[in-house]
Amino acid sequence: MSLSGLFVQALNGLAAASTLFLLASGLSLIFGVTRIVNFAHGSFYMLGAYVAWSLTDRLQGAIGFWFSIIAGAAAIGVIGMIVELTIMRRIYRAPELFQLLATFALTLVIKDATLALWGAEDLLGPRAPGLAGAITILDRRVPQYDLALIASGPLVLLALQLLLTRTRWGVLVRAATQDRQMVAALGVNQAVLFTSVFALGAALAGLGGALQLPREPAGLSMDMTAIGDAFVVVVVGGMGSIPGAFVAALLIAEVKALCIALGDWQTPLGFIVAFPKFTLVAEFAVMAIVLILRPWGLMGRPDTTIRPQGSTSSLLTQPGTRQSWFIAGFALLLFAAPLLVEARSYTLVFGIDVLTAVLFAASLHFLMGPGGMHSFGHAAYFGLGAYAAALCAKALNWPMWAALVAAPAGGLIGAILFGWFCVRLSGVYLAMLTLAFSQIVWSVVYQWDGLTGGSNGIVGVWPSSWYSSKAAFYCLAVIVCGGATLLLRRILFAPFGYAMRAARDSVARSEAIGLDVRRIQWIAFSIAGAFAGLAGGLFAFSKGSISPETLGVSRSIDGLVMVLLGGVDTISGPIVGAAVFLFLQDQIARHVEYWRAILGLFILALVLLFPAGIVGTIRAWTLRR
Amino acid sequence: MTEPFLVVSGLDAFYGAAQILFSVGFELAPGEVVALMGRNGAGKTTTLESIMGLVARRTGSIVFRGRELVRLRPYEIARLGLGFVPEDRRIFTDLTVLENLEVGRRRPMQSSETASEPWTPERLFQLFPNLAEARNRSAGRMSGGEQQMLTIARTLMGNPLAILLDEPSEGIAPIIVDQMIGMIAELKRSGVAILVSEQNLPFAAAVADRAYILEHGQIKFTDDIRSLIQNEEARRAYLEL
Repeated sequence: MSLSGLFVQALNGLAAASTLFLLASGLSLIFGVTRIVNFAHGSFYMLGAYVAWSLTDRLQGAIGFWFSIIAGAAAIGVIGMIVELTIMRRIYRAPELFQLLATFALTLVIKDATLALWGAEDLLGPRAPGLAGAITILDRRVPQYDLALIASGPLVLLALQLLLTRTRWGVLVRAATQDRQMVAALGVNQAVLFTSVFALGAALAGLGGALQLPREPAGLSMDMTAIGDAFVVVVVGGMGSIPGAFVAALLIAEVKALCIALGDWQTPLGFIVAFPKFTLVAEFAVMAIVLILRPWGLMGRPDTTIRPQGSTSSLLTQPGTRQSWFIAGFALLLFAAPLLVEARSYTLVFGIDVLTAVLFAASLHFLMGPGGMHSFGHAAYFGLGAYAAALCAKALNWPMWAALVAAPAGGLIGAILFGWFCVRLSGVYLAMLTLAFSQIVWSVVYQWDGLTGGSNGIVGVWPSSWYSSKAAFYCLAVIVCGGATLLLRRILFAPFGYAMRAARDSVARSEAIGLDVRRIQWIAFSIAGAFAGLAGGLFAFSKGSISPETLGVSRSIDGLVMVLLGGVDTISGPIVGAAVFLFLQDQIARHVEYWRAILGLFILALVLLFPAGIVGTIRAWTLRR
Repeated sequence: MTEPFLVVSGLDAFYGAAQILFSVGFELAPGEVVALMGRNGAGKTTTLESIMGLVARRTGSIVFRGRELVRLRPYEIARLGLGFVPEDRRIFTDLTVLENLEVGRRRPMQSSETASEPWTPERLFQLFPNLAEARNRSAGRMSGGEQQMLTIARTLMGNPLAILLDEPSEGIAPIIVDQMIGMIAELKRSGVAILVSEQNLPFAAAVADRAYILEHGQIKFTDDIRSLIQNEEARRAYLEL
């Protein structure tokens, strides 16, 4: 590998760093002031690229091009303002998970709106007029546009720094980042401040997307890759820190560039290490290392709010005799279902889906509700269980029961390993680290063709002959999922469950009475991982095939939606949430083309109208009577 | 007594399910300094925060210059001319002294009641000489006393007609306490009304005209400050430990 090659890759890294910084600075700014982690930030980035594409399509020449870029960014700023005024404003007081859910729903709506307006095809943007050529540096051709991009990052950093330190608006933003209640007590209308910050952040994301247009086409997958990158940069840099975001963007982009530059490396031991394959994991690996060494990012400061104020969780109550009978009756009804519906019918397949989803949601709820640890990467343990079961069944020819024992073991081992790091953090940082680990697992599974089948996954994972009929497998699912869910519930009322809930409510007080909080949280994390793995194992056998999709981000998000849909502070919440969610997804996806938008609007309505979830709201109603 | 300026009546305040204030009522006249006294946990801070709209749930009536405050948001209350100086200072440590003052800056209100000229950083630096030297320093690097001065200066930048001053003598050096007494006297001369919550009777005696005593979230006693000093029974019942 030559020096000039390394140099060109380093330049490439710098150009990528600028885009990352534009994206992350807006996200960081919005988080700093409003404390909202804006999942829709990647969607603003994507929209920026699409709007700029439409404008450059109509406006020719250098002036037309640059005007399109600026106008595209401004348009996204206006969209951001509308979003803030109609949605964000109503959820500033909501628990942070609801805010995330609302912004996630927004990504669904924006994605389908983009699909409807611009179509599914990738749209190739124009070359930048005047910068279409390349110049020669160290015998290598470097696109002029890349050099312009490299300059854009520091320029925006400078402009933001001037704005934040030299204007009254900037001083107010910095003051609000620190103590927004005090800023209000001094007579500053926060609403105006929040709207303007949100608009500016959205415009920065839009600018990033628009500037990217000459380098890569506008496509519908831009939003999710962008938000992943932006989260990582913001967390590595420290939430709310603009210079931190800049440093983190440089670090991550250069590490990725280095991976590409190193290429395949023949180790003395004979096997080949393919560094370019590490690019998918590189940023998450950097994030994991930084968070372990500096839990609040490179330039961030410790988050003082452990739990949002005023969110006193309601008490969990042990089931009484009547409820126990109700549960028993419900279980009987579930068993009787195959007799009521036609065997092999779609209803049974759907029932199995619901049952595995219920167990997955219950395990996530265990971690999030009573455990107080918000996970954005719970699908990793589900997927590890699924792959463990599938590999045992296919590669080792184990019988199904043995593979189903291996499944929770797979989830457990992953959770023990990752949980050790995760319990060292709290709040948003914990959530981001879980996301990072799940991305790492996903990348490994996706790239390890030899073991996992890569993107094709593993096919032909069928249950033993005993359970090959749908009705029999359904009954197995009822026993396993029902039993496991009840066991999870039982743990909550065991001494360990009390300790876990105490650790959630107050770390300091729990430690003062002799509880080892980290150990308790680590065990809780591991338990949740094992049960998710069990759900994954059943899933593998019920579907017959699995792919990296099984442990992708979208499954983690689905799990979050199910738990929040039912209500975090209720035990039966995840059960109801999973069932309702799957039913809706099934019904909407079968009949409507733009099902994502419908689902998104549904979630938004839910968050705005039923902030306590379905079960929580029903209980509030009955209590009021 | 002149026409009421700030009138609080039947004020209840809650933190979650716990009720902290029970039908608190008192008055503050223009240009008057009133001490709100009582032991730790009596509800002094909650009373001030309730007036300012910083307590999640409050009911009753708080009328300031003819406007009902109970339904208003903190920034609206501040804009009516009510300044708040929190006990824990809450200065913006990442900002410089001048930037802290900038956050508090508001144009003086169009009102004949504000006869004196508006506050500027330069005028405030005359009142608080320590701050002048530190104007471009990060506020987080200042001593406790200096931070206390800065919070008051920051609130004055809003040109308030009345100030809610929460435990100004708490945790600062005796020499600064003396400065504080002089400063409150100066503010009073300029026509600003002050409601000061205070545990320390000598401090209250040095600055206040009248006093209300809170206990368990209720007003238990009210009198002229001079009478309170002589009323050994009331002092023993409500103030001494």
